[in-house]
Amino acid sequence: MTQTSGVKGLEHATSPQRENLITILQDMQANFHYLPEAKLREVADRLRVPLIQVFHVATFYSCFSLEPVGKHLVHVCLGTACHVRGAPRVLDRLLQELRLSQPGTTKDCEFTVKTVRCVGCCALAPVVRVDADTHHHLTQAKVRGLLRRYHREAPVPAAA
Amino acid sequence: MPNLQSVQELEAFRTACQRAIDPARPCISVCAGSGCSASGAREVLQTLRQILERQGLQDTIDLKSTGCHGFCEKGPVMIAWPEGTFYNRVAVRDAAEIVASMSNGRRPVERLLYQDPVSGERVQKEEDVPFYRRQQRILFGNNGRIDPKAIEDYLRVGGYSALARVLSGGTPEQVVDSVKRAGLRGRGGAGFPTGKKWEVCRKNPARPKYIICNADEGDPGAFMDRSLLEGNPHSVLEGLIIGAYALEASEGFIYVRSEYPLAVEHLGVALAQAEEFGLLGENILGSGLNFHIRLVEGAGAFVCGEETALIASIEGRVGEPHPRPPYPAEKGLRGKPTVINNVKTWASVPVIINRGADWYASIGTAHSKGTMVFSLVGKINNTGLVEVPMGITLREMIYGIGGGVPRGKQLKAVQIGGPSGGCIPASLIDLPIDYEALTEAGSMMGSGGMVVMDEDTCMVDVARYFLEFLEDESCGKCFPCRKGTQRMREILTWISQGKGSEEDLRLLEDLAWMVRETSLCGLGQTAPNPVLTTLRYFREEYLAHVREKRCPARVCKELITYRIDPTLCDGCGACVRVCTSEAILGEKKHAHEIQNAKCLRCGACLEVCQPKAIVVT
Amino acid sequence: MPKLKINGIHVEVERGTTVLEAARFLGIEIPTLCHDDGLKPYGACRLCVVEVGAAPRSKLQSACTLPADEGMVVSTRSARVERARRLLLELYVATCPQSKTIQDLASRYGLRAVRLTPEFEDCIQCGKCVRMCAEQMMAGAIGFAYRGLHRKVISPFRAQSEVCRHCGACLYICPVCELRCHGAQPETTLCSGCLNLAPACLSYHEHAMCFLDPCAACELAGPARKDLAKSGEGIPVHGKGGT
Repeated sequence: MTQTSGVKGLEHATSPQRENLITILQDMQANFHYLPEAKLREVADRLRVPLIQVFHVATFYSCFSLEPVGKHLVHVCLGTACHVRGAPRVLDRLLQELRLSQPGTTKDCEFTVKTVRCVGCCALAPVVRVDADTHHHLTQAKVRGLLRRYHREAPVPAAA
Repeated sequence: MPNLQSVQELEAFRTACQRAIDPARPCISVCAGSGCSASGAREVLQTLRQILERQGLQDTIDLKSTGCHGFCEKGPVMIAWPEGTFYNRVAVRDAAEIVASMSNGRRPVERLLYQDPVSGERVQKEEDVPFYRRQQRILFGNNGRIDPKAIEDYLRVGGYSALARVLSGGTPEQVVDSVKRAGLRGRGGAGFPTGKKWEVCRKNPARPKYIICNADEGDPGAFMDRSLLEGNPHSVLEGLIIGAYALEASEGFIYVRSEYPLAVEHLGVALAQAEEFGLLGENILGSGLNFHIRLVEGAGAFVCGEETALIASIEGRVGEPHPRPPYPAEKGLRGKPTVINNVKTWASVPVIINRGADWYASIGTAHSKGTMVFSLVGKINNTGLVEVPMGITLREMIYGIGGGVPRGKQLKAVQIGGPSGGCIPASLIDLPIDYEALTEAGSMMGSGGMVVMDEDTCMVDVARYFLEFLEDESCGKCFPCRKGTQRMREILTWISQGKGSEEDLRLLEDLAWMVRETSLCGLGQTAPNPVLTTLRYFREEYLAHVREKRCPARVCKELITYRIDPTLCDGCGACVRVCTSEAILGEKKHAHEIQNAKCLRCGACLEVCQPKAIVVT
Repeated sequence: MPKLKINGIHVEVERGTTVLEAARFLGIEIPTLCHDDGLKPYGACRLCVVEVGAAPRSKLQSACTLPADEGMVVSTRSARVERARRLLLELYVATCPQSKTIQDLASRYGLRAVRLTPEFEDCIQCGKCVRMCAEQMMAGAIGFAYRGLHRKVISPFRAQSEVCRHCGACLYICPVCELRCHGAQPETTLCSGCLNLAPACLSYHEHAMCFLDPCAACELAGPARKDLAKSGEGIPVHGKGGT
């Protein structure tokens, strides 16, 4: 992340403060794994930005979540190269295994599945990232085994 | 760490760095780019380190991790110096043999050398590998030679000499003039003449001025910028510092996607090192130039690659673009003149300064100068990053460098330019790749994504895929992009389900035209390109879908059936085990059967069937 | 003071004037949806696009955000502009057929048929209510949230805003809410384009202003009723089936 850290950043944020909004939210997301309403109100207050604008920023960017995320973040790449090599089917299988009708968080908060567009490992398509690990050449048959490796394990520290 | 206070001190330090390393000294440089790392390069590195230490060789043989070499298909890759022996598909179990080969008469490990797929011949040096032979790697050449986290390595190969040249008597006007004469065009996508953009900014009397590096590479299938940022971040920084001098900017920003954590890390290290050495900050190399660079991470929005949206994001706002004019070069960040350029554009600046504008302009075609970096991916044998002179033909790219389409399949189309680009059909294989030729063909250079598609790709599905992507990433502000792409995607979905009609094709074309003409920003304006190019070049495929309710490539789920050939099926039951809808019936050792009503056409059975008994029609 | 040319007419305006303002000064009409003189230009509806420059390098740009520049050549009625407007309006009517403002614009600019299925959305996201609340009422109670197709106008976290003063300015300024179409059959997206404020076509009109495909109401009780036409009491509708 850039300079400011956590909600502490609000105290140290140098003007123009409004510019630091996204950085502050990124730190908040990293610390709390989501953006709690109370904290967002605090940010709006300190930065003197209308709450609705803070809310818009919080809901506009994919990195932010207003709901707590699961222990393991599963990013399925749906970039062009991955798509052409069968990534949508891998996604379908993954959702099926986790009993999700669409990308989201499982009931037991173990996994959050998100689709991303291109993690930049196109030569190894299809690619799925779980926390900080990148798994490549995924097929539907490999999905169950992949999930089993992470279930009930502590999450690998995510870089972002 | 020396804080270099002048150009002379820089050169003295550079010489010292070069002298410190004996060029004949053995060194193993392992690619640790994202691609090779995912294939296990880190484990290989670790094992090599352990072996060297165990054998007490850590002071005789150097071990280095470098950035992406570009040949990701064959990863993990590494080079053994000083011979320049290129090893591919290196595994942990090969480590001992490699170390041994470094000392025992230096005979290379044959089985790890690149093998020509046709002649079977083994190739020893990187530059002799066909994949590399036809490339001209003026931006990426150093990726395999330097440790991206060591500024000394960058200095050793001549890094920051362009900056030194500029600060020893060059004027800002001369720098802008060089960039203009070189004919450098923006490598982010639109290809706007860089020198012209810089000039507009220079002429504007408003102050302060800002420069921004657009590292928000969002095109799916593109990873050139990522590899350059990970593998040679200083080359980008040098370009930015030169730009700051030319444009009299005191503050710069690098806006990088948060989905690129390694790039963020390496940039951070490079920035810190540059500051320590006096190459960034106050009074750079004693020239009086004050310039700071701030690293800003994106928060997950493809639209932030659009320059006005990027600026809004840096200002802490949502990434919703503004209508242009006014252009950022006149009125950008904080309302001041701002030059935004792509990573590769900035990295080209030191090259132009060092080797001259005329040399740069001698590469390429009449209106597209220099080299272009492509990510060659998809249905191609040699996937990876390719840097070639502008004007090279598609044929050379696909067959000369790419090694052709795997499994003997027919080339069908090449998608160039990401979601903003278009699909070039195989019939145009002799098209020279430059800005004008691609625009005329209905596509776009884009930032260099090149996805190869074969006969098993359905172009209707491809168009729908890109529209889904853009629908997801549209900021939603302007009406035609938000609603127009939705409607186009709906029509394409109907067509792929066999519910489309010929009137729908007409409607699709009208909508596509309207979205292109009236959208507020580049994302919307280019969103229809995949639809328009596929309609133009693959109309028969669309017609097959609407008239015959048939998908010639056998991709669109509602229009295909999976069937088991009873003469080939050996009754092993592997398919039954992976079928989630329980659509396959059969007894052990007897031919199985797929019940169409339950079949989801997911393809899982296809993946596991050994005798290839499953047929898709 | 930049000098520019709009539809062949030369005009000189103050620096900072938009092309929309310059055109209106000349009495040239350009349709808008998201524009209001009291609010900052937004450029989201795209209806005000005009052709700027000379072919083949000319581009369509939104007049409300485009600052007039020296030597600019603008056309507000070229074939390209008119086609773009009609297609945009076709999409607008399909998205929000119950808005009389949009229906009137559609018939005014020559839309004959709508080929898209109607969606009946309540909001076209012109942003007028948001800008009104922020700029004129200084409240900022409502605003946009989310992105793309999920984007909408809401108040943060709760449906009821804590800072809303119930002034009603958002209702007043909304082009969808302001005038609802009273047509008898909302499922038929294109009504008979009544350009007056009276309720649409349930009673017989002397001079039918219908020059479009008659809607079901007209066919049931109005001028297009088949038996009335035979007996001479009905007026043949111009362009039945489209001119």
